[in-house]
Amino acid sequence: MNTLIQKLWKMRGGVHPAFHKDDSTRQPIQHTAIPPQLIIPLQQHVGHLPDLKVAIGDTVEKGQMLASVSAVGIGAAIHAPTSGVITSIEERTIPHPSGLAGSCIVLDSDGKDDWGNQRLAPLADYRECAADELLQRIEQAGVVGLGGAVFPSEVKLASAGEGNVETLIINGAECEPYISCDDMLMRERAEEVIVGIDILMHLLKAKRCLIGVEDNKPEAIAALNSALETLGAAGNAGHGQIEADQGSNTQLSGDSSDSASLAIQTVSPIASAPRIEVVAVPTMYPSGDAKQLTRILTGIEIPKGVRSPSLGLLCHNVGTAYSIYEAVVAGKPLISRITTVTGNGIQSPQNFEALIGTPFSFLVEQAGGYTDKAERLIMGGPMMGIALPSDGLPVVKACNCILISSRDELRLNDHDPADDERLVMPCIRCGKCMQACPVKLLPQQMYWHARARDFEKVAEHNLSDCIECGACSYVCPSHIPLVDYFRFAKTEMKAQQQAAIKSSQSRERHEFHEFRKAREKAEREEKRRKQKEALQKKKAAAADGKAGEGDSKQDAIKAAMERAKAKKAALKAAAKNKQDNSDAV
Amino acid sequence: MQFDTRITSLVNDAPDISQLMKQVLYALIPAVATLLYFYGWGVLINLVLAVVFALALEGIALWVRGKPVKPFLKDFSAIVTACLFALTLPPLISWWLILVGLFFAIIVAKHLYGGIGYNPFNPAMIAYAVLIVSFPLQMSQWPGAYSVTGEWLSLSDSLSIVFGQMDADWDAITRATPLDEVRTGLITGQSYQDIVAGDHFGWLSGVAWQWTSLAYLLGGLYLIKARVISWQIPVSVLAGLAGVAALMWLVDSSIYASPLFHLFSGATMLGAFFIATDPVSASTTPFGQLVYGASIGFFIYVIRTWGVYPDSVAFAVLIMNMAVPMIDYYTQPKVFGDSGRAVHGKR
Repeated sequence: MNTLIQKLWKMRGGVHPAFHKDDSTRQPIQHTAIPPQLIIPLQQHVGHLPDLKVAIGDTVEKGQMLASVSAVGIGAAIHAPTSGVITSIEERTIPHPSGLAGSCIVLDSDGKDDWGNQRLAPLADYRECAADELLQRIEQAGVVGLGGAVFPSEVKLASAGEGNVETLIINGAECEPYISCDDMLMRERAEEVIVGIDILMHLLKAKRCLIGVEDNKPEAIAALNSALETLGAAGNAGHGQIEADQGSNTQLSGDSSDSASLAIQTVSPIASAPRIEVVAVPTMYPSGDAKQLTRILTGIEIPKGVRSPSLGLLCHNVGTAYSIYEAVVAGKPLISRITTVTGNGIQSPQNFEALIGTPFSFLVEQAGGYTDKAERLIMGGPMMGIALPSDGLPVVKACNCILISSRDELRLNDHDPADDERLVMPCIRCGKCMQACPVKLLPQQMYWHARARDFEKVAEHNLSDCIECGACSYVCPSHIPLVDYFRFAKTEMKAQQQAAIKSSQSRERHEFHEFRKAREKAEREEKRRKQKEALQKKKAAAADGKAGEGDSKQDAIKAAMERAKAKKAALKAAAKNKQDNSDAV
Repeated sequence: MQFDTRITSLVNDAPDISQLMKQVLYALIPAVATLLYFYGWGVLINLVLAVVFALALEGIALWVRGKPVKPFLKDFSAIVTACLFALTLPPLISWWLILVGLFFAIIVAKHLYGGIGYNPFNPAMIAYAVLIVSFPLQMSQWPGAYSVTGEWLSLSDSLSIVFGQMDADWDAITRATPLDEVRTGLITGQSYQDIVAGDHFGWLSGVAWQWTSLAYLLGGLYLIKARVISWQIPVSVLAGLAGVAALMWLVDSSIYASPLFHLFSGATMLGAFFIATDPVSASTTPFGQLVYGASIGFFIYVIRTWGVYPDSVAFAVLIMNMAVPMIDYYTQPKVFGDSGRAVHGKR
């Protein structure tokens, strides 16, 4: 047996709740009947709303793209989970904690489940494909992270870049109580998962892959190991070469879907098998958090704001690896996922391969219906899941579990049944939350400041590092819903930040407006001043002109006077001459 | 079908406050038994009266403040405060002094600040401090241990003394506590070795006190084992006290008591495991708890040695209670990914 890692690192903190996973793992994954109507929200992923490609009244085939990746930014495509007619595109309540509505495509199925020619061309010889081609396929198939983040896988893989990732971590820890979809997937479709991993390793040029699985899933670990052995042996027989003919292909068992079994026959042996290792990690919530699992497996703590590929790491969920396998090898877009339907509110808890858009109520019916204890509906697990108001909501890509329980099933201690609602007591700062916190926060201090709405102080206590795992709430002897306070503080801080941005924007706008007003005023004044100046100049010039005229007049007068004087003198002289002449006579 | 979405945090498996408090009470059992053995009925009377008064005062305070009375009474916090306070009192003390003390503990130190979880000071130590400052004579009338005096006071006599029906012959009953004896002895110029050579001194401290201290230690270790308290505070209190005491003892062992004597005398063990660890008024960060505990140990020594009071756990704890917000602020642990050490990938 190869050993790719020397030791496991110990997780800090964590809690060990009752896991209740056996309830839903007694039966194999069931395929549901095709629901008469599917409700497909457009926003099922992180990123922009995809661009609609269909209109009301369109007949669509199974696997047809209903909406493509947004032209303006990252996102994921949405496909028709079955064939039928689009009867409506409207705002409907979506499974989201806000309870808000979002755009949904309503598809009335025709029951034929007809692919038409929508199936993507299988890329069985993916090892010959360029990374770009594979990335394009993953994008085309609308694959998103199925561990809960629903981040578009293509974007994550493309941004990691080829050759940067030394260690690919596949997250099969599934640490949250009640959920068993990944467990069942690994048990029943281990070989497909391994092929998916091989695709990822080829795409990333990763050196090794560690599959982290909590040790409370021995069947899954065994299944993965035997799949590795089978596929690896076949790979070694072929010396890692891709067999052009399918002769040496391993015949894979598996009662998976038609698409999967069809595709697996075209899969070549796995050359990377010796570089893949299944690692059993101690069962401790929340070891399935990507950063926690990374630390357990490699000892590396990924700091806040640092992208894991820059440390040579990348983490994907097993469900995502399986979807990538389906997209690449089977040509099947992400139109279904495995969903656990469980809790003491369900007659027969089990896992389904559910079409995206299937109403919860349809799945519950398939699981034998409700018991009389159905009082709470949670999407996800009891620690991080969200309470939802109605079972009319549809399965989305993020929906790993539908948990229906009585009000007090999840309170695992034997408290007085007379206390219907347990009183939340004041915090006594006992520090149990601090000991349970896997990221070394001080929840008791953060709670204090969050209650006082002193969000600046909460931020100083590194609220942004909180992964909202709920371990603090779980251990609190005062039964304070600590994680709710932290979620509240986060949204509140975001709102404040946005308000601050908005106000600074409007202040800038206002300042610019004032500036413009001032500038315009200055310009106007300048203009006016110039005009005035020009006018004055003109006036002055005019006055100068008049003065010149006066001079010439005076000159003329002077001249005239001189002339007159001269005339007078001449006349005087003539008279004198006359007198002299008369004297002489 | 519609569902209720109000409760979002769904799982809580933790023992609640009352269970933690009950564990503290269980941990006191060995010490109570030891004290009963050495000091008789007075110890039990103190405990019973204190619990009754505390519950009554707590109930009144909750009622006046408009809080739900029953669930808060059931949290056992008032009972713990009452028991810890009662164990610091000399047996046979008058009943009304217990009431006065608990008035300050429950009403002033606790409810005027907002009730459980909001008190910046340890309520039991506030009560003790008020009494020892206001009634120093009554508070220092410790009867001699039964093993020393050989006199066992009957329950009815004890009750009569407590309720003032009978005047006790205090001069005959009381004995100086070991801390007092050492203190007075050193002041009058005796050497430490001569003082502790008396036959009522054991190998650690006064016979009764050393066994009581050992009983507290046993209970405290149980609390650590049961994860009711963390190890940081008790260990650092004891280390802080023993450290300073050892240093001074090495300087001059004839005028400074030995570290072991300090550890097993007075309220050291009670303080380290049961008082300083009160989570509400103590530091809450792991490193802060070490600072907090060591400082308490330091102040216990300083006040015992150079102050006017023979014992000083209450004052040391109250002084450090004041510093808690500052200690907590400056001792935040580094968060995940911030330690630098663990990031050993590329770069």
